[in-house]
Amino acid sequence: MPHIELPEPDVGVLRRLPILIEGLKSRVGQDLLIVDEEGRRAYETDAFTAYRRVPMLVVLPRTTEEVSKILKYCHENGVKVIPRGAGTSLCGGSLPTEDAIVLCISKMNRVIEIDYTNRLARLEAGITNLQITAQVAAEGFFYAPDPSSQLACTLAGNLAMNSGGAHCLKYGVTTHNILGVKMVLIDGTVVEIGGSALERNGYDLLSLVIGSEGQLGVITEATVKLVPAPEGARPMMIGFRSPEAAGSCVSAIIAAGIIPVAIEYMDHAAIEVCEAFAGAGYPLDVEALLIVEVEGSESEIGILLGRIAEIAARFDPKTVQISADADQSARIWAGRKAAFGAIGRISDYFCMDGTIPLAQLPHALTRISQICAEYGLKVANIFHAGDGNLHPLILYDANSPEQADNAEQAGEAILKLCVELGGCLTGEHGVGIEKRELMTSQFSPTDLAVQTRIKTVFDPTWRLNPAKVFPLAMTDVMRAGNAASTPEAA
Amino acid sequence: MTELFRPAAEWELQSMVARLAREKRAIEVVGHGALRNTGRVANADVVLTTVGLKGVTLYEPTELVMSARSGTPVFEIESVLAARGQMLAFEPVDLGPTTGAPGGALTIGGVFATNFSGSRRISAGSARDNLLGVRAVNGRGELFKSGGRVMKNVAGLDVARGLTGSWGTLAIMTEVTFKVAPLPQTMQTLAYVGLPDDLAIEALNVAMATPLEVSGAVHLPKNCAERLRVPKLKDARKSLTLLRLETFSTSIDERREKLKAALKVYGTPIELDQEETFSLWSEFRTLSVMPFSTGTSLWRIATLPTKAPEIVAAIHKFMDAVAFYDWAGGLVWLEVPAAADAGAADVRRAVAVSGGHATLIRAEPEIRSSVDVFEPLKPEIERLTRGIKQAFDPNGLLNRGRMYADF
Repeated sequence: MPHIELPEPDVGVLRRLPILIEGLKSRVGQDLLIVDEEGRRAYETDAFTAYRRVPMLVVLPRTTEEVSKILKYCHENGVKVIPRGAGTSLCGGSLPTEDAIVLCISKMNRVIEIDYTNRLARLEAGITNLQITAQVAAEGFFYAPDPSSQLACTLAGNLAMNSGGAHCLKYGVTTHNILGVKMVLIDGTVVEIGGSALERNGYDLLSLVIGSEGQLGVITEATVKLVPAPEGARPMMIGFRSPEAAGSCVSAIIAAGIIPVAIEYMDHAAIEVCEAFAGAGYPLDVEALLIVEVEGSESEIGILLGRIAEIAARFDPKTVQISADADQSARIWAGRKAAFGAIGRISDYFCMDGTIPLAQLPHALTRISQICAEYGLKVANIFHAGDGNLHPLILYDANSPEQADNAEQAGEAILKLCVELGGCLTGEHGVGIEKRELMTSQFSPTDLAVQTRIKTVFDPTWRLNPAKVFPLAMTDVMRAGNAASTPEAA
Repeated sequence: MTELFRPAAEWELQSMVARLAREKRAIEVVGHGALRNTGRVANADVVLTTVGLKGVTLYEPTELVMSARSGTPVFEIESVLAARGQMLAFEPVDLGPTTGAPGGALTIGGVFATNFSGSRRISAGSARDNLLGVRAVNGRGELFKSGGRVMKNVAGLDVARGLTGSWGTLAIMTEVTFKVAPLPQTMQTLAYVGLPDDLAIEALNVAMATPLEVSGAVHLPKNCAERLRVPKLKDARKSLTLLRLETFSTSIDERREKLKAALKVYGTPIELDQEETFSLWSEFRTLSVMPFSTGTSLWRIATLPTKAPEIVAAIHKFMDAVAFYDWAGGLVWLEVPAAADAGAADVRRAVAVSGGHATLIRAEPEIRSSVDVFEPLKPEIERLTRGIKQAFDPNGLLNRGRMYADF
């Protein structure tokens, strides 16, 4: 039985629904509203499908001005708002509550301006991640963050979660690739945070906003950096007999001063599933597989892959295979990026998203296997080895309430382990509802108070994306109007 | 004389701040004083220095991560890194020598408090981009942490990066954790001679649009170029447009030739080898190419690269300014002649027309107290800014007046 608590709806607000609908209609018109249950049901969950709540109303604005009117109206009428992009969150980041309005900005997906000379693009935030690159690829540029869901996920969602991807070892995550945003505050005020220049003026509000999971405002536009596409890129696959050997190999590559564009790690269970799905030619007789990709000209790629192969040889690899051609490279990445989907075909799973220091990898994997075994569950591990981001996929049967419960508990234990080992609860998926209660294992009450005070500056009544990020008891207290109550100085 | 607090440990710093907070005494936060002549003058009752908090506390070369206490001098950090063939990729700029403060006094806390990054920022990101985590004490005397030691961390709000550029007005950092990078195996520079500002910026941006990973893109007018110490360049007697390439040894020649081909229309460049390149780009880290005549002031202007020449041209109409363009034009260090307002009216007007923001770096203390040092904020951003200040430091005790006159 799922055990993440969801708040009871505010019946007072539900009772006023007909009035609220009329109020919004008069402000933004009927066309933007989804009132019927069938329509609303499409928004009842995101990619964290174990939890569902049908929102009382869905609004699909087309302009910043409409977003402003909607938020202002909700603010004045004490209505909670769930900002939503494409609904691909893996942690329930856009899960509705029954007394909330879902504000979905997926219709705001226009390109506003592309400036190749200054290497930036201004976009409406509902555009999908991959669409950005598609718009600029012909001119030799791309937008760097590449989460696995990039075909579907929106820039707005990427900004909310500070999304990463396989290639962030070299290019950074969302926060490194954004110059400015246009955001609407809960009271309807439209603010420009950051701008087009590399440096920001005054306090770095943009850093606070990126990754804030819809807690501070609704982003409607963003200015992103465009990066020149590399001349070429090619992955190689190195199979090892043990996680230790693979981990040491990653350390040795970096110690040699080589920063590949990506270093992905898959354990035996993950390799099997992904190979069955993608036919990428992954070796099936190894315990650990590294996919290492480098970029540059043909000759540079050859030299770098050669050096990496030399380094790998010190760790007794079972297989070393450089991608033969563009087709195989595509399949190698297709297999990796489809890993979640591939595993989803054979089993239900919870995808965890902790981070650990690289040196802890062998120990972490051993402990993760033990934890899952204790709960009678299997696990497959995918790891962005270059940046310490670990994705254990805990396999379970969703039809068995006991297994689902066990999987959630195993997941919690794994995330606590990550924190103990010097890592953190989430590297790129976000906290959402999923890890909300675990925040106290990474943060002290004071650490959290520092964060909740910032939230209060932007959203004094705590009505934006409720019941997420912070422990539920804490958000209830804040919303109850005790925003000023904070731990006293030691 | 102002009372000086010099905590030797984090817990001591916290207890001092907690006590001062109870007594509501305003605190000027300093390290070794490298930034003391920059920014507005703090309106404080006591001075608290972080220099007692020093030393590297974690260094994992194979994970590209280091932690250090905030009072650790940058040169110490860089020497520890260099011993393992690594570096701070964002090339911190030391304003000490240009502002009459001691050289080499810059601490790692000061680097992140100001987020002033050097030439490689254009390829490696800013100090902020390389920050992973902080421990800090706010104006309430609370010790808190944010971020951590791993490259990716999206748990909760990114308070660590949010503290960068806040000049000690929100919290006093006690320990910072940041990304480090391998030293490049080889580096070379191409120097194009005699380009006017607009063509030079165009050339730099053509270079930045190539996939050759240019790691420095600077344009120096003649009067800055003449101050360079690199022998091959000091006698050019013309403006210099400089591009740095850094890569592994077997690829540098290939990249240099490709870059030359891409920039063919801009002339034939002077080529600098590894040693010359190293020494050239080190000069920019102390802004030693600026003339710094007596009484002049220094501005730091962030804008769109293509807008930089028009901003500088607009200011030139009013005064005899010297502009050093970094980040392919995205950053302009501008020296302006002595004036009662350090040229603020003209500089701000020019920046307002073309977009961007300007910060007054070097000026007499009276001027820095009387004109806006930081670009004035729009009303709705000022409201949020004051809210954030209030959240961290409700009594306005930390570096009061250091950024803005009344908070």
